[in-house]
Amino acid sequence: MHIAINSEPFDPWQVLNDYQNEKSELQGKYGATAVFVGTMRDFNEGDDVSEMFLEHYPGMTEHHLENICSQATGEHQLLDSLVVHRVGVIQPNDPIVLVAVWTAHRKQAFEACREIMEDLKSKAPFWKKEQLNDGQNRWVGKNTKGY
Amino acid sequence: MTIQVKFFASMRDLMGDDQSISRDIVEQQGIQTVDDVWTYCAQGKEKPSNVLIAVNMDYVDGQTQVKAGDEVAFFPPVTGG
Repeated sequence: MHIAINSEPFDPWQVLNDYQNEKSELQGKYGATAVFVGTMRDFNEGDDVSEMFLEHYPGMTEHHLENICSQATGEHQLLDSLVVHRVGVIQPNDPIVLVAVWTAHRKQAFEACREIMEDLKSKAPFWKKEQLNDGQNRWVGKNTKGY
Repeated sequence: MTIQVKFFASMRDLMGDDQSISRDIVEQQGIQTVDDVWTYCAQGKEKPSNVLIAVNMDYVDGQTQVKAGDEVAFFPPVTGG
């Protein structure tokens, strides 16, 4: 399990590739990898968004992401999991979050990846502040429904 | 001994505390629960119904007892991912 909070832009596919290549103990053991990448849109709730600031609660955020992954590991027999989340100033098209899980079979991988993502969105302390094209800014009040 | 209080995102804005997310309050008689901490810090501002609360980085409700050395945080619904 690995949790990372990045204040700089990251390439999720490069991170995923590097992580998997470094995990020699995974080789030959996993039959399924499920990956979710969340990316910043340039629109929200009918408005054009030019930039976003992502705030977090240092310490508590990592603590809850670890709890979320530990729970998923127990429930879905995960061989490994990886969560990377951006904070700071983010531009449209920047990756925000990467969730990846490795399992023996696809059912656990699909279910665990989704559960981790939904738990992250409802429990991990992150907050988004949008800068709109018209110059206004606003805190995002709630997430869109995942189900 | 003190209780460290933190406000994040829109709760920090509500408190009018743009420059700092953290403040210490000296433990004193009358502060027993998280709701008491809010009342002490908010100076009359009503606690929003959707506020989330953590003590020592675990979610709690407003009736949770606090003690010296605790870290209490108030923040709005989370919107990561």
